[in-house]
Amino acid sequence: MRIVFKTDYDQDIRLFRHGGAVCWYGCLGAALLLAPWFLGEYWLSQIAFVCVYGMAGIGLMLLSGYAGQISLGHAAFFAAGAYTETLLLAQGWPFPLTLVAAGLLAGAVGVAIGLPALRLSGIYLAIATLAFAFIVEEVLARWESVTNGNNGLNVPLARLGPVALDPNGRLFYYVALCAVTLLMLAAANLLRSPTGRAFVAIRDSEIAAQSLGVNLAWYKTVAFAVSAAFTGVAGAFYAHKLQFISPEAFTIVLSIELLVMVVVGGLGSLHGAIYGAIFIIVLPELIGVAKDYLPAGVAGQPGLKSLLFGLSVIGFMLFEPLGLHGRWRKIQLYFQLFPLYRRATFKRQRSYLRTERLR
Amino acid sequence: MTFFRAEGLSIRFGGIQAVAGVTFEVRQGEVLTIIGPNGAGKTTIFNLISRLYEPSEGRLIYRDLDITRVAPHRIASLGIARTFQNNELFEHASVLANLLLGRHAHRAATLLEEMLFLPRVRRGERVHRERVEEIIDLLDLQRYRDAIVMSLPFGVRKVVELGRALASEPALLLLDEPSSGLNVEETDDMAFWIQDLRCLRGITILMVEHDMRLVSQVSDRVIALNDGQVIAEGTPAEVQRHAGVVKAYLGG
Repeated sequence: MRIVFKTDYDQDIRLFRHGGAVCWYGCLGAALLLAPWFLGEYWLSQIAFVCVYGMAGIGLMLLSGYAGQISLGHAAFFAAGAYTETLLLAQGWPFPLTLVAAGLLAGAVGVAIGLPALRLSGIYLAIATLAFAFIVEEVLARWESVTNGNNGLNVPLARLGPVALDPNGRLFYYVALCAVTLLMLAAANLLRSPTGRAFVAIRDSEIAAQSLGVNLAWYKTVAFAVSAAFTGVAGAFYAHKLQFISPEAFTIVLSIELLVMVVVGGLGSLHGAIYGAIFIIVLPELIGVAKDYLPAGVAGQPGLKSLLFGLSVIGFMLFEPLGLHGRWRKIQLYFQLFPLYRRATFKRQRSYLRTERLR
Repeated sequence: MTFFRAEGLSIRFGGIQAVAGVTFEVRQGEVLTIIGPNGAGKTTIFNLISRLYEPSEGRLIYRDLDITRVAPHRIASLGIARTFQNNELFEHASVLANLLLGRHAHRAATLLEEMLFLPRVRRGERVHRERVEEIIDLLDLQRYRDAIVMSLPFGVRKVVELGRALASEPALLLLDEPSSGLNVEETDDMAFWIQDLRCLRGITILMVEHDMRLVSQVSDRVIALNDGQVIAEGTPAEVQRHAGVVKAYLGG
């Protein structure tokens, strides 16, 4: 077991706890950078998808996992990013700038939903965001002069200088990887500063947060804006991956997929967002493999993926509320403490939001 | 200068007049305790001061400033911190994170600076940690520094909450039943800390407390409350002998 002996305040502040972590992240980074030389186009494209979902996952994790505001409407921000990207590229805007614009516009949409959401919490907030997502979906379908309605829009190829970005190609993979890394760093930085702590404060006790000087309205709005902006950038990449967007791509199913991602990944951990993204991408692959071994009547069912998604969420809620990240930490601890690990180490504690009692 | 003064403070919840025209003054550097039977309106007064409730009448004056209509989150930066009767800690965060949140009113950087973690943010974080370590030292919390609050016993949580309030460097500290749920030794520790805070750090303390031993040990003055009204005011010994107070507690 590694014991970190702290001699310096910076040891608590820096991103990596110890040299070992730096080494592991370095290895991961190197492997991802070298991946195009080892993996085929298909797997490269799948990793790029993980990056795209990861960006949205980080955004939703900040909002739901840290600030404790459950959103069932993140497909709306995803759509805002995707449509902004497509429309601006069609207008002839240069590519990286459209990404920024997609993020900013989605962030503005996030503020728009965040403001009325200030008065809501828990299940009521989830329903309000859900309703909002339906409104956005409807707007996309009806505002035909801009969005071309249900006929959808073709997404122009992005160009990085003279080079066109093939959404299945190497360069696109690197751009997506770069973007997810930057967003991850921004989120990690935010979480080790006062704003990140204020998010956690709002999640655990609004009353106490307020009495310590946390402006609830401001920080909830910030959480919504930042989360929506990250999701918007993800949406922009998503548009390129799909190459064609229509309102059908941004339904409640996508919102739920995003929420599944952070819940299965593990609420309250940035790693969890990425684990969740991997889960979302790998599960259909596994189903594809399993289909060969299942009886034809089961394998041919169109709802198989949704069923397994639903079952896995219920399973995680019941048996591993901390998600994949929590499971990973337990496995780590098991080996660190071997043979002294006790099952009760992670016994669930009774917990609830105290603030609700004062309402 | 008036350090802190409540004037004719009243609040009504539906048909219940929880606080009815309470007037009192807290002098700088003193420990003032509010006592009273259950439902007398003690915690309500605290919630009024920290602006969680809107008073229906009356004014709150702090350092010659009318804070009756100040937004709740502005109270901390004015130098008023509080603890809660049954703890309102951030349960899923570490003790260190809880104490650092006490520093929230002292943050300086903007959102963008924080996302990029510019040197200003890092400098701020170092200062916050230095101050928090001083408090950890004062309150003997070293071995709980990295523990998650949820896993801590009640007595320790009480101390963590005191630490979190101290981290905001308050001039006026509101303690809501600091000894409730503590055993005799822990209560003695609490008494020492309260005296230390007042003597060494010059913090003025307004406290709600039931344990009369603690009250007599640390308070300069006591006010007794019943049915939302002040019924007695004076030194701990005077108030304890006051006929109205005895009647309020024992009936008859």
